[in-house]
Amino acid sequence: MNTGQMFLILLIAGVAGIGSVLDEGQMHRPLVVCPLIGLVLGNLKMGIILGGNLEMMALGWMNVGLAMAPDTALAAVISTIVVINTHSSIGDGIALAVPLAAAGQVLTIFVRTIVVFLIHRGDIFAKKGQYRVLESMHIFAMFLQALRVMIPTAGVMFLNTKVVEQLLSEIPKVISDGLQIGGGIIVVVGYAMVINIMDVPELKPFFYLGFLFAAFTKFNLVGIGGLGLIFAILYLQLEYREPKKKIKISNSDDLDDDDLDD
Amino acid sequence: MLSKQEINKRKKTITNKELTNMYIRSWFLLGSFNFERVQNMGFCFVMIPAIRKLYAAGKERNEALERHMEWFNTHPWLTAPILGVATAMEEEKANGGDVDGTAIAAMKIGLMGPLAGIGDPLFWGTVRPVLAALGAGIAMTGSVLGPLIFFISINIIRLACKWYLLRYGYLKGNEIIQDMAGDRIKKLTRGAAITGLFTMGALVSKWTTIDVPIVVTKIKGKTTTVQNILDSVMPGMLALVLTLFVSWLLKKGVNPLLIIIFIFGIGILGKWWGFLK
Repeated sequence: MNTGQMFLILLIAGVAGIGSVLDEGQMHRPLVVCPLIGLVLGNLKMGIILGGNLEMMALGWMNVGLAMAPDTALAAVISTIVVINTHSSIGDGIALAVPLAAAGQVLTIFVRTIVVFLIHRGDIFAKKGQYRVLESMHIFAMFLQALRVMIPTAGVMFLNTKVVEQLLSEIPKVISDGLQIGGGIIVVVGYAMVINIMDVPELKPFFYLGFLFAAFTKFNLVGIGGLGLIFAILYLQLEYREPKKKIKISNSDDLDDDDLDD
Repeated sequence: MLSKQEINKRKKTITNKELTNMYIRSWFLLGSFNFERVQNMGFCFVMIPAIRKLYAAGKERNEALERHMEWFNTHPWLTAPILGVATAMEEEKANGGDVDGTAIAAMKIGLMGPLAGIGDPLFWGTVRPVLAALGAGIAMTGSVLGPLIFFISINIIRLACKWYLLRYGYLKGNEIIQDMAGDRIKKLTRGAAITGLFTMGALVSKWTTIDVPIVVTKIKGKTTTVQNILDSVMPGMLALVLTLFVSWLLKKGVNPLLIIIFIFGIGILGKWWGFLK
């Protein structure tokens, strides 16, 4: 790795770290991060393939409410560097990504706790009307999130590739394989969280309907999403039509406003 | 008519400039996410262009800044309409309208729950997994189209939603609360929940990998494992049972991190004792 590459990788690491707290442009998802790192290291194809694999594993990892998901940013950056530089397999990359995601999660919880100190400073500046300093508190918090991924990444880059390879080979196979198995199962926690948000008993059958559709048909997720949308529209039409006919209220204009484009 | 024009001249209004500035700032809303008041400083950060425009330096401006440092948390993309309404209400307040700080705070608290209830199932539960699975599937073949499709499409959706909803909130202002009380918000929430639940069901079935390789029978070199039997009954059965179990645990207040660690433990044990592959 030359200096230019190191600089670019640190830049990507920083952007991914900030992206992971923002959850806006999805710059922290493996499907975006891994190809970028691959591009910098001259193996775009490996980056894309690893990114696809890690993304599939992380499909259900989401931040809901105050619960933090495992961190994809740190996992994606470091596992791509290691896989490409040590010519390891995709499987090794996944095995490495899982503990890294857990470590990244702990680090982000740590940073989000430190930020409490910054918002207390922010309170003081708000009271004085010093909005510029208040803004800088917010930006400083983002900077901490960038460092959270940049520092471990720098550590891995400055270690000799041989050392990393050595460390990798010393992880017992039962552990790395076991983590990979766990990674395939772990998504249920994310699913369960989202399901709990939509905890409406009379809508629960749609969950089982989706399950059965996927289990017994060859619909891919795009098809499933489309079907889900159609079921939602049909259900709403039926639910809101019945009582209207019975009591005959001529207030018909809220029949067609189930979207926001008016 | 002349007097009205003069009033309009004196009136402090938010222009496109402030709204655009707020729109861009809103991409960084969660930057100071913290465990005490979550998105509070981010919300204040986004509101600053409007606050500066509406209030001259002094007590009123400081109060407005402090007002938006209160506890706030919702789906990051769906903060846009709340920011819009808050701006409209601040504008009315700055012009001496019948709005006080408590009303603005109450509006924020009132809207964040329902909007999180729409945003989480819709964006995290449906849109992102659908687009990510589509992109990742293509990426696994080594094509650069995979990441591009995901990144571009999800950002078009995000940027368009936020742009439109920020303006919608600002134009509608306080009226939006009547919308919320009416059928519309209930419909949207139910619609998002149905789509989200349906997609979750599919994800549980197809995107959870559990394989129990324990051999049950071995007839003429053809082995049948526990997984083969389970799959012939219903594919994804174990994943379904496990999801429902985790959902129940979470409802009981078990820490999700603990569940995650436990599942990794099961994975390692399963590999070691050979009951998982």
